[in-house]
Amino acid sequence: MADAVLFEFLHTEMVAELWARDPDPGSGGKKKSLSVLEGLGFRVGQALGERLPRETLAFREELDALKFLCKDLWAAMFQKHMDGLRTNHQGTYVLQDNSFPLLITMGSGSQYLEEAPKFLAFTCGLLCGALHTLGFQSLVTASVAALPACKSLGSPQV
Amino acid sequence: MSRQANRGTESKKMSSELFTLTYGALVTQLCKDYENDEDVNKQLDRMGYNIGVRLIEDFLARSNVGRCHDFRETADVIAKVAFKMYLGITPSITNWSPAGDEFSLILENNPLVDFVELPDSHSSLIYSNLLCGVLRGALEMVQMAVEAKFVQDTLKGDGVTEIRMRFIRRIEDNLPAGEE
Repeated sequence: MADAVLFEFLHTEMVAELWARDPDPGSGGKKKSLSVLEGLGFRVGQALGERLPRETLAFREELDALKFLCKDLWAAMFQKHMDGLRTNHQGTYVLQDNSFPLLITMGSGSQYLEEAPKFLAFTCGLLCGALHTLGFQSLVTASVAALPACKSLGSPQV
Repeated sequence: MSRQANRGTESKKMSSELFTLTYGALVTQLCKDYENDEDVNKQLDRMGYNIGVRLIEDFLARSNVGRCHDFRETADVIAKVAFKMYLGITPSITNWSPAGDEFSLILENNPLVDFVELPDSHSSLIYSNLLCGVLRGALEMVQMAVEAKFVQDTLKGDGVTEIRMRFIRRIEDNLPAGEE
């Protein structure tokens, strides 16, 4: 069983690696790196979802699937639950984590806000991939107002 | 078995798979980005090195092992403490060189390669090369220059996975000029 900390170390190195290799310093290159990270996350999220036992996958409602993401999946990834889940009951969900482990090492406050997106891309992709396996097409975006808290906005559509 | 207990095991399994699946996705991406396996191998080694130089702090903080007095002690700590802590396996230590500066770590199973198959087009890829970089980087931080390389790999049809570790030299601390 791989220790949980290995994922964090690997993630940090992955972000550094994919970012450093970017020859185009303008926003075009940045977008490409972000989408590569998202794509990696998506594939991993899909694979994780596919490995879950059948009964876990039988969510009757969208909200159950989101709760699973917030509790089980988040706990598996970061050894903690998501701090908040809100919905507008019209297909949009806001998942809030007040101390997102992949951002914690960057300190707190607004000093490194610009750097935050690259540390969220993989996880957004992962949530999207997991939702996809659970039967939902979705759009997941993340925002950071002040480190290390972040919000993911998910709009699953069956 | 209560549902709670099932959920706990499920969580641990997912956590472990998260790392191996992420690693697999990374290797796949590197294979797309680089034209040949040798370059991918180098990247994996370099990334492993960067991870190793930081992982050693986590290891020292959590394991409470003291300073190793020789390479044999180092080998024991690597196999019985470090591998166990991070990958949940205990490789065996064999094939010591007469001078005591080389040994092999034998991994009966390598958690990184669960569900992995190497396509023929990537026969030179050292899939788990990150591990060699990690070992090299971590040991450098405790003043040991070593070389680590795979000499057997179950992905390539060998019966076991074998990493050969070679002690190169002790890294002396560099004193600033003027101090003795």
